[in-house]
Amino acid sequence: MSDTLLKTIFGRLTLESLPLHEPIVVATFGMVAIGGAALVAALTYFKVWGYLWNQWFTSVDHKKIGIMYMVLAIVMLLRGFSDAIMMRLQQAMAFGGSEGYLNAHHYDQVFTAHGVIMIFFVAMPMVTGLMNYVVPLQIGARDVSFPFLNNFSFWMTAAGAVVVMMSLFIGEFARTGWLAMPPLSGIAYSPDVGVDYYIWALQIAGVGTLLSGVNLVATIVKMRAPGMGLMKMPIFTWTALCTNILIVAAFPVLTAVLAMLSLDRYIGTAFFTNDAGGNPMMYVNLIWIWGHPEVYILVLPAFGIFSEVTSTFSGKRLFGYSSMVYATLVITILSYLVWLHHFFTMGSGASVNSFFGITTMIISIPTGAKIFNWLFTMYKGRIRYELPMMWTVAFMVTFTIGGMTGVLLAVPPADFVLHNSLFLVAHFHNVIIGGTLFGMFAGINYWFPKAFGFKLDPKWGTISFWCWVVGFYLAFMPLYVLGLMGVTRRMRYFDDPNLQIWFVIAALGAALIAAGIGAFLMQIFVSIRNREALADHTGDPWNGRTLEWATSSPPPEYNFAFTPVVHDLDAWYDMKDRKHERPLSGFRKIHMPSGTGTGVVLAGLSVAFGFAMIWYMWWLAGLALVGIFATTIFHTFNYKRDFYIPVEDVIASEDARTRLLATQGA
Amino acid sequence: MTDRHATPHDAHAEHAHDDHAHGHDDHGNDHASHGTRGSYLKGFFLSVLLTAVPFWAVMTGAFKDPSTAALVIMLFAVLQIIVHMIYFLHMNTKSENGWTMMALIFTIILVVITLSGSIWVMYHMNTNMMPMQAAVDM
Amino acid sequence: MSSVSLKKDGLDEKGEPLSFYQLEEHHHPEGSSTMLGFWMYLMSDCLIFAVLFAAYGVLGSSYAGGPTPKEIFELPLVAVNTAMLLFSSITYGFAMLSMEEGRQRIMQMWLAFTGLFGLCFLSIEMYEFATLIHEGAGPTRSAFLSSFFTLVGTHGLHVTMGFIWLVTLMVQVQKHGLIAANKRRLMCLSMFWHFLDVIWIGVFTFVYLMGSLR
Repeated sequence: MSDTLLKTIFGRLTLESLPLHEPIVVATFGMVAIGGAALVAALTYFKVWGYLWNQWFTSVDHKKIGIMYMVLAIVMLLRGFSDAIMMRLQQAMAFGGSEGYLNAHHYDQVFTAHGVIMIFFVAMPMVTGLMNYVVPLQIGARDVSFPFLNNFSFWMTAAGAVVVMMSLFIGEFARTGWLAMPPLSGIAYSPDVGVDYYIWALQIAGVGTLLSGVNLVATIVKMRAPGMGLMKMPIFTWTALCTNILIVAAFPVLTAVLAMLSLDRYIGTAFFTNDAGGNPMMYVNLIWIWGHPEVYILVLPAFGIFSEVTSTFSGKRLFGYSSMVYATLVITILSYLVWLHHFFTMGSGASVNSFFGITTMIISIPTGAKIFNWLFTMYKGRIRYELPMMWTVAFMVTFTIGGMTGVLLAVPPADFVLHNSLFLVAHFHNVIIGGTLFGMFAGINYWFPKAFGFKLDPKWGTISFWCWVVGFYLAFMPLYVLGLMGVTRRMRYFDDPNLQIWFVIAALGAALIAAGIGAFLMQIFVSIRNREALADHTGDPWNGRTLEWATSSPPPEYNFAFTPVVHDLDAWYDMKDRKHERPLSGFRKIHMPSGTGTGVVLAGLSVAFGFAMIWYMWWLAGLALVGIFATTIFHTFNYKRDFYIPVEDVIASEDARTRLLATQGA
Repeated sequence: MTDRHATPHDAHAEHAHDDHAHGHDDHGNDHASHGTRGSYLKGFFLSVLLTAVPFWAVMTGAFKDPSTAALVIMLFAVLQIIVHMIYFLHMNTKSENGWTMMALIFTIILVVITLSGSIWVMYHMNTNMMPMQAAVDM
Repeated sequence: MSSVSLKKDGLDEKGEPLSFYQLEEHHHPEGSSTMLGFWMYLMSDCLIFAVLFAAYGVLGSSYAGGPTPKEIFELPLVAVNTAMLLFSSITYGFAMLSMEEGRQRIMQMWLAFTGLFGLCFLSIEMYEFATLIHEGAGPTRSAFLSSFFTLVGTHGLHVTMGFIWLVTLMVQVQKHGLIAANKRRLMCLSMFWHFLDVIWIGVFTFVYLMGSLR
């Protein structure tokens, strides 16, 4: 085959693109290939493909989609954490004579991939998954406003993850850090495919995230049960509303900035170049206009979870509900006024720096108010230290420390010393792990029984908890010290042997966290194995206060046979307190949206499009694009996308629940 | 009591609903969102005027001072956007129980922050950080 | 409908027995979220344009020794283009009025006119772009031109999407008539189309007119 023909078909993809010379990658590929093949073989052997396709992949049920988001997140956590272990190992080793085991070319991809994966494909899907699962139940709805869009959003996120994973085995990933700043990420300094993988993974996943934001805002605004005014919404729903408003308001910025970077790379525009009038500082400015709201997108749902958990496990109404709501709203708005604190050192001068330093300090106040509210909720409560509550207490301590170092960094002169040092790295891990991740673990342990009908094993959960908490402190407190001593981030080699002990401690911490993750996986495995013993038959294992606990565990497809009517905050608690009676008859057929494979198809075509654009396979890009348009238009010609659950099914389901409740003496 | 009320123009077996039964906010949209022939034409002619004047002002150099001209055409732009919002997009405070207006206001605030914030920040960055050669070129 | 019975304290403010379940099915009608959802999407689109305007604001005077706005902008052509878009807005408005009146054929006619004006707009814009590129004032020449082409081009891409959507809807109305779903879609496209005209106001003011003042 002639050279030109090969180039036309394969673009810049060649055999050299396969990283056969990197033993670590080859070994990884081997493991993934074998594991993947085994999984596929097992699924085929047990003949579950049909079930998976019909009941899960094409489902527009928010509960199924929520669970799929969580599965995606946990799988990507393993990848993102592998990158973390690799970095800790390298940094613990590379002193004096030793160069460590990772060359710069590889190491730079590892820290970039670690950040991108953890933020976009672990934290975001976890947060989205929990909101998706819980919010419709909490507001007494049967599904979100746009069920098909929900399914599509999930698959676009998964597609983005696929693109990132592809970069491991075909070509390479970006070596720019997780925000890919130009000029380094421009075509001149990163001519290879890495940054293009980065761009397309995020643009594809970004579509999913944005639409999910629109979906949940519309759902919360329009689909609440009668009587549930805004100030009677569960606090998690409030934080979900603000989070999704932030998503709708922030992600377009990321889309536009990455598009401009792509134009620079693909057609040679001069947005962020060093010449032709370009200005790389503008990229930094714009990307952080997205980046700061993004971290609030990550943490607000966690705050919501902590509010629900604190209230439930203290057996008390949340203290200061209104102030919690206002604090959340203030944080939402203020999150748009602080972004420059991420680049105090870029040179905007004293007046600009002062303004943003002050706004950054102000935004810590509503968060502080929340901590006090949680403490006051616990005060004089009858606290049950189940796992969700343990994670909450760990959060309160850990996040407070991280928040304080944040306020420290908010002082521009201090930041001039600490910017891009390990102090910064410690700070943001402190708040993301202490805030978001601990929140996700609290939420997972809290809502798992609702989703699956049995609790998570407390013993393995406790082991996981302690490994994570102690591991976190061991892994990151040394980094604060190192940062104060002046050590820069993203280094793969150090000259000063006095620093090594700190890195070794940090590596031990990472090992402990690895044990924590292992224990978490064990927890899931053991729980499934012991599900009879751990079963929840009432639907309300924690004596909850909000409407999701009014349904069975797991809830029926339609969530509520009759839409609940809300009279007070903590609606379910109110219903229990006033001795409501669950209707036992009078059921009717229920209108539901149908599943569809269009989302999967569109996401697959998006992967093809992304891959084609990355490798310059223009014919494939064109075909995929036409395919996307055609599929979308074709989908809109299908008007019959709904069905009714027959009344017999509803009766059967509700009767089964009645019988189960009777065995519990309810 | 059943929820199914067939409305004549619904050709499909889609679930049909009764507008007035519950006075619910689902239909807060129905009465507010439509214009009339008169209002569309009014909006159109206002827009034509608000477009023609700025174009005329710039093309004929009617304003000696460019800053005045800039201010005037910006004012006309804002006015015309408002005209479009009212007469074409039927913006009002009632639609979707005020959520449409709130979303718009929030978006406008963010647009202002993004625009003014970026220009303010970048002006300072450029002043402090751009190399002298490039500063001369620009 | 009988409400569910309470054991104690079971009265609300009006002295009626409190009900915790809605036994008469008033579920949210299909499509009740569509308008709000689409509006939220439009707000997000607004922010994309805000970023592009910000980029133009910051980079719009970086000529890199190349063409300046005064040298390349042909205001008469831009005025014609603006008129095309404005006309398309009013024809869409008339289409919506006909839709409300249930006059499908008239509506289709107005939609066709809208599409035609849209196509004129796009053709003129493509002519403008082609001329500029031919003259060496393409998007890669300077940051000013990069931001110009991207801002105006993104707007044009949106108009193109709107046009495709318009044609699709015309086919769907032809096929299924003015059913509720199609009306919702037409109302969403209406919001989209007018929103694009609003963005254009920003474009011709800040890019073309202000540029010509410098």
